[in-house]
Amino acid sequence: MTTHAEAAHGHHYTTTGLDHRKIAIWAFIGSECMLFASLISTYLVYKGRSLVGPLPHTAGTNAAGQPTVPILDIPVTSASTFVLLMSSLAMVLALAAVQNKDKPVPADAGAWTKALASSKLWLWMTCILGATFLGFQAYEFTSFVHEGLTIKTNLFGSTFFTLTGFHGAHVTAGVIWLGTLLAIDYKRGLGPKDAINVDIAALYWHFVDVIWIAIFTLIYLIPD
Amino acid sequence: MAHDETQATNPDHAHPHPTWATYKWVALWLTLITVGEVWAYYIPAFVASKAFVPILVTMSAVKFAIVVMFYMHLKYDHKLFRALFTGPLLVAMATLVALLFLFAKLGASV
Repeated sequence: MTTHAEAAHGHHYTTTGLDHRKIAIWAFIGSECMLFASLISTYLVYKGRSLVGPLPHTAGTNAAGQPTVPILDIPVTSASTFVLLMSSLAMVLALAAVQNKDKPVPADAGAWTKALASSKLWLWMTCILGATFLGFQAYEFTSFVHEGLTIKTNLFGSTFFTLTGFHGAHVTAGVIWLGTLLAIDYKRGLGPKDAINVDIAALYWHFVDVIWIAIFTLIYLIPD
Repeated sequence: MAHDETQATNPDHAHPHPTWATYKWVALWLTLITVGEVWAYYIPAFVASKAFVPILVTMSAVKFAIVVMFYMHLKYDHKLFRALFTGPLLVAMATLVALLFLFAKLGASV
């Protein structure tokens, strides 16, 4: 339904008075909650039921009877968690910069004030931090395979790679999405009229962050 | 730049969004809670205690809520968005808990 507001500002408001794109992203995020809950549930149900190693928190023996060490690397994952949390900070600053684009920066403003006004800077930061998180995940997956843990090794491998792999795929999609926003920013500049598009991407990005918050605690920090 | 409260006239936002001044404290709290979680993981006596899992889950839930309220602006946005998120989240959590009871992951300790 076309409203006054849509005609005047190019927004797409529904009969609720709310932008339908924002309603859609929240509904999508709600459905994603259920997807990740099913993956986390599966991990927790099968937790501690692997017959052979490598195991997440304890030593064990592999199918060939050789000893295996606890496989999760908490310091590395803590660092990647910190990186993802900081990417969420960069994302809210990118959104704020876009929303405030039409407000002029005083000529005598300090470097930090100018930095806060740069949507390109914060979008780049978010992309780089997201890519860094993916780099940590690639390192983790590679080291696990070298230790003899694959998706087929045991129940832990199957549920762990499925859960974290799905999350990594979501982060990858988020980085690509942010990359497209960055390209638009370089091509024609993002302004307050684009804030809703950046807001939707930001909501998706923060959702990926909150899912990792749950995964980090339930999978990495709580032992069998 | 005036990083003041924005979008006061946007109908999607019931209240103006926070500013850098709020965001930096949110980031600090998230970092501190994460440090606390990892620190707790390296205290064997605490890991072995019954309090470890509830405390860690609570800390994680607090981080989850902080991000959702402040970074996702659910504290400030229209209540319909809150319903669209919390409704499925509650269903998801109920399903998770039900499955854990069904497969006797919680039954022995409850």
